[in-house]
Amino acid sequence: MAKEFDLNEVEVWDGNYAASQALRQAQIDVVAAYPITPSTPIVEGYGAYVANGYVDGEFVMVESEHAAMSGCVGAAAAGGRVATATSSQGFALMAEVLYQASGMRLPIVLTVVNRALASPLNVRGDHSDMYLGRDSGWIQLDAFNAQEAYDLPLCAFKIGENLDVRLPVMVHQDGFTTSHKAQNVYPLKDETAYNFVGDYVPVDEMLDFTRPVTHGAQTEEDWHYEHKAKQHKALMDSRPVIDEVFAQFKELTGREYKRVETYMMEDAEVALILLGSSVESAVLAAKQLREEEGIKAGIIAPRCFRPFPYDLVRDALDVPTLKAVSCMDKSAPGGAMGALFNEVSAAAYTTSSRPLISNYIYGLGGRDFAIDEAKRIMKEQKAHADAGHITTNIQQFSGLRGPKLGFYETRRS
Amino acid sequence: MAITSIKNLKEFSTNNDRFEGAHLLCPGCAHSMIVRELMNCTDDNLVISSNTGCLEVSTAVYPYTSWDTSWIHIGFENAATAVTGAEAMYKARKRKGTLKDPDAPVKFVAFGGDGSTYDIGFQWLSGAMERGHDFTYICLDNENYANTGGQRSSATPIGATTSTAQAGTHSYGKKEKKKDIVSIMAAHGSPYVAQLAPNKWKSMAKGFQKALETEGPCFINTVSACTTEWKFDPKDTIHITDLATDSLMFPIYEIIDGHELNILYRPKNIIKVEDYLGAQGRYKHLFKPENKHVIEQIQSDIDKKWDMLQRREEARI
Repeated sequence: MAKEFDLNEVEVWDGNYAASQALRQAQIDVVAAYPITPSTPIVEGYGAYVANGYVDGEFVMVESEHAAMSGCVGAAAAGGRVATATSSQGFALMAEVLYQASGMRLPIVLTVVNRALASPLNVRGDHSDMYLGRDSGWIQLDAFNAQEAYDLPLCAFKIGENLDVRLPVMVHQDGFTTSHKAQNVYPLKDETAYNFVGDYVPVDEMLDFTRPVTHGAQTEEDWHYEHKAKQHKALMDSRPVIDEVFAQFKELTGREYKRVETYMMEDAEVALILLGSSVESAVLAAKQLREEEGIKAGIIAPRCFRPFPYDLVRDALDVPTLKAVSCMDKSAPGGAMGALFNEVSAAAYTTSSRPLISNYIYGLGGRDFAIDEAKRIMKEQKAHADAGHITTNIQQFSGLRGPKLGFYETRRS
Repeated sequence: MAITSIKNLKEFSTNNDRFEGAHLLCPGCAHSMIVRELMNCTDDNLVISSNTGCLEVSTAVYPYTSWDTSWIHIGFENAATAVTGAEAMYKARKRKGTLKDPDAPVKFVAFGGDGSTYDIGFQWLSGAMERGHDFTYICLDNENYANTGGQRSSATPIGATTSTAQAGTHSYGKKEKKKDIVSIMAAHGSPYVAQLAPNKWKSMAKGFQKALETEGPCFINTVSACTTEWKFDPKDTIHITDLATDSLMFPIYEIIDGHELNILYRPKNIIKVEDYLGAQGRYKHLFKPENKHVIEQIQSDIDKKWDMLQRREEARI
């Protein structure tokens, strides 16, 4: 039996340590992991719990991230709770197995500390790895601060292991800005946290020899399509389960999470839509703009990146006063509009008000995104709103040195 | 561990058959013989993983399965990691008391072809061996990527023609020698490593049993004659394998704890390697006058290896 960890009502933890504590409290059976900056401290923190008797599961340090996820899949198929952590290049190396984990419907939890993808090599935070995972069939939740980096993994086990869901779940946090920034975190007692997550219920486990199971079969054109459609349906059907788990978590802790977070959107004329640690900066900027310049600014932040909350993003945008929105993508767009921009635009197209939507690429490789820049972009949205059309290029780059970079112009006038 | 009798081949072949006859392997493929022998040599429960390859694509095509035991496939490279992940889960759940039948004996086995063992899955295998999991890895070595139509692997011998190392007017086939996977695995400090062949079914069954009984990561390279890519008649699988072991192209031996080498089969009459090569289409071009030197090279390499194995056995190193 694992020892209880003595916790204060409020602790000062960074996002990495917060995540590692959540993993410990879930009493995971197998963690198969490989270290990589900036998520290494999650694995190191977990290793310290193992070394000191706070964990009675197995801790398997493998030789690569691909093997980490492979070990997680083998372990999960053997009928127990499984989790790991990674970032960036490690995430890219595991990509093959991410698809296999979701296709095999194994509820593994992966804590991802978001970091840029090389080349050039960069250890700082952006959302390139999170975006790389967006078609992998995993549920993706996004923590904006250390408290959420603790809360959301607890929710993730409960969501993924729900028998109506049975899907793997990623919990993202931003490299360094969240993972290495110490903040006040209110943890649950070990017993309370474990009782919230609940006992693992094995499904089609390889260690029940009365009922042999085959995992990872092959399907060609006769069955593959049906499997992938069912997998998509499972992801879509996870939405009410996520809402229910968030509701139970609120009841337990008072902390409320929604698949799309909105701030000051009730009467907003302009808005930013963005993810991760930038959300809190943007909310501060919107408040200041309202106080200082009377600009009615609001913020929309998808908490659940997958399944993409198309309906809730549409609801958030369907505000009669809303005129102009900038969608902020923290990932190199690679010859396209930002992915968040594309998805938000698609949702916005079915609103009655159809606000103007432009796209900013920002924060790549850890480039700072400050409150002043958020205010400037929202003021630019106000100019679009006053003109009745987008007055700049539709896609622009925020905080880029050298000549201004932008693409495409509107045909609306 | 429940060891089954290996006195009588007929009895042995029908014992506790957990690998169903309905599968899609080629007629004459040695894979199914080797897999059945492994599964029949123990009555313990088995958790088996397979890398992508002939065995995997031929035995688990939805909605069918040939596996009457726990079985998992993830990818081309990671069967060793998959089954050792399951082994870690077994240890954790046994400790926590969450297994349905905690006293049921269980063995963990990974199968890979030579492509996934010598090449793409090499790192995953090496990592699993180093971590010391209690499992047995069995390579079904047919010396090429047979599942994808016969491309060269690092297990393909020098001189064989494959679709990506072809014999032609300017080439005698593969130029490079076969990787010595058995030595590499022994160098990992594995407690039991062996090279076995299905024509010598008694020594193969004993070797499998030894590996399953031995605690820790064990590795066995098995010779799996490939009727399709080696190009011989499907009825001749065991005959070709006899030629392989009697020419010492595939010596049968084990290495215990990395140093105790035992030769498990000494041919009464060692045959020339050209008798083995000449029985297969993949070596046909070597018999042209300009390629004779390759046969000489292969024979010379075999002689040196056999000499080395005998010296090691005698010296107990």
